Amino acid sequence: MSWETVIGLEVHVELATKSKIFCSCTTEFGGAPNTHVCPVCSGLPGVLPTLNENVVEFAIKTGLATNCEITRFNKFDRKNYFYPDLPKAYQVSQLYLPICRNGHVDIEVNGNKKSIGIHEIHMEEDAGKLVHDPWEDSTLVDYNRCGVPLLEIVSEPDFRSAEEVIAYLEKLRETLIYLGVSDCKMQEGSMRADVNLSVRPTGAAEFGTRTEMKNINSFKAIGRAIAYEAKRQIEQIEMGKRVIQETRRWDENKDATYAMRSKENAQDYRYFPEPDLLPIEISEEWIERAKSEMPEPAWAKRERYVSEMGLSEYDAKVLTTERSLALLFEDTTALCGEPKEVCNLIIGELMRLITESQTAADKIYVDPGKMAEIIKLTVEGKINRNAEKEVFEALFKEDIDPVSYIEEKGLMMLEDDGLVESTVEEVIKNNPKSIEDYKGGKQKAFGFLVGQTMRALKGKANPQTVNKILKEKLDSL
Amino acid sequence: MILDIKLIEYLEELSRLKLSDEEKEKVKKDLSGILSYVDSLNELDTTDVEPMSHPFDFTNNFRKDEVKPSFDRELILKNAPKKKDGCFQVPKTVE
Repeated sequence: MSWETVIGLEVHVELATKSKIFCSCTTEFGGAPNTHVCPVCSGLPGVLPTLNENVVEFAIKTGLATNCEITRFNKFDRKNYFYPDLPKAYQVSQLYLPICRNGHVDIEVNGNKKSIGIHEIHMEEDAGKLVHDPWEDSTLVDYNRCGVPLLEIVSEPDFRSAEEVIAYLEKLRETLIYLGVSDCKMQEGSMRADVNLSVRPTGAAEFGTRTEMKNINSFKAIGRAIAYEAKRQIEQIEMGKRVIQETRRWDENKDATYAMRSKENAQDYRYFPEPDLLPIEISEEWIERAKSEMPEPAWAKRERYVSEMGLSEYDAKVLTTERSLALLFEDTTALCGEPKEVCNLIIGELMRLITESQTAADKIYVDPGKMAEIIKLTVEGKINRNAEKEVFEALFKEDIDPVSYIEEKGLMMLEDDGLVESTVEEVIKNNPKSIEDYKGGKQKAFGFLVGQTMRALKGKANPQTVNKILKEKLDSL
Repeated sequence: MILDIKLIEYLEELSRLKLSDEEKEKVKKDLSGILSYVDSLNELDTTDVEPMSHPFDFTNNFRKDEVKPSFDRELILKNAPKKKDGCFQVPKTVE
């Protein structure tokens, strides 16, 4: 029998707000334990939460970018459970009226286009971090992450393969980074995916029993976890056993999933409307303003780079991996009108410099005006390719002024044909053997003489000028 | 409305309480009384009434996204029955 895998995803992303969702503590990652904590996010009695406006703003933008309907009248609800990662013993979330519904994200796998439904997106708060203390066999609790705003993006069970899941996550990640809504770093936990998976005979209409996999923190691990879990479920069924609906944990080291022992036997969240927070009304104007502020998505940039600027699909893809690179590309191109040159300098030089200096691509600063100047000088033949790289590196590292730097370092090409002429004469005089070879028909000798001339001029002459003058001189001998 | 003992035991587990048989009987009686009292609300016809979650007619009470200093850690941990390495220390829960 052939089997079909059915997958739905719950993706949690931490929002890139400066402060937490209900208090003014910083959302910065890390920090010494419990130093980003106040009475509100540590759940002390008597405190009241106040909603961070940017959380709603980011949720609206995410909804618009994933083609969702925006819920005009929103409320928060309490999800109750006892676990020490939540000091209040409830998580503020949205059950009844999630902020976004009925959207879709379009993906492409091996040339096949597919639309993945978004069931809903809701706002909630993140929980604290629990660390096992082996010395005293206890658990240590750090509430720095507690109250960091989250969006939970719930897809429809529309995936049929790990490739589709990864394509969707990559698209989602790119979209959210471009919106500036989240940095989506899986290794820092600012993007986390729970995978709901079931199997059924190919073509069956009913869904099989699903399991939920947690703790998968890289795209690579997601692919492996899906392959493992699908195989495990098929084996269970083929052995005549049932798949049990349960939460399983992915163990990266063992390359396997295992059932989580749940201490909470009764899964009953007893949701009810959060009385401490007022409802949110989202006006048409708010949505329109959010729309007008949304940047062009990466996929649209890629299409434009190829069709309007004549870049290859590969180049367009590399340039749009980081929004900062795409913006630098666009700003610089607007100033010098040389898209291919700008692209080459970014992909060839800038990306190398970023790697070497170990800076994050979204933290770099290169002045587009100065970069355009360097490219113009190169295209006009005022400096050669090596000088271009050198000046650009100085621009990256020290934000130098290109023209003064070139003058200071003497990188400008010679425009004095007289000097080229006298140098050529000198070279001819000093290399009688090569002249003979050239006259005897050896083209190699010509190249040698060009090289000698360039060397004498320290590479600063225009090679075409040298070629031309040398040829004239030799032919007149 | 009369509650059965199974439901009382379920609530006991959810609320992390340990009740003696005697206490269970007492809670059963009290909760049944409370629910019967609240049940009288069902006498009203609420067919076209919007459920109310807040008594106030306000919406959109927001805070600007600005960071303010957090509390001193010693102060945050002051009420913790047990602490270690700047953390709250609780019975083992991590698998």
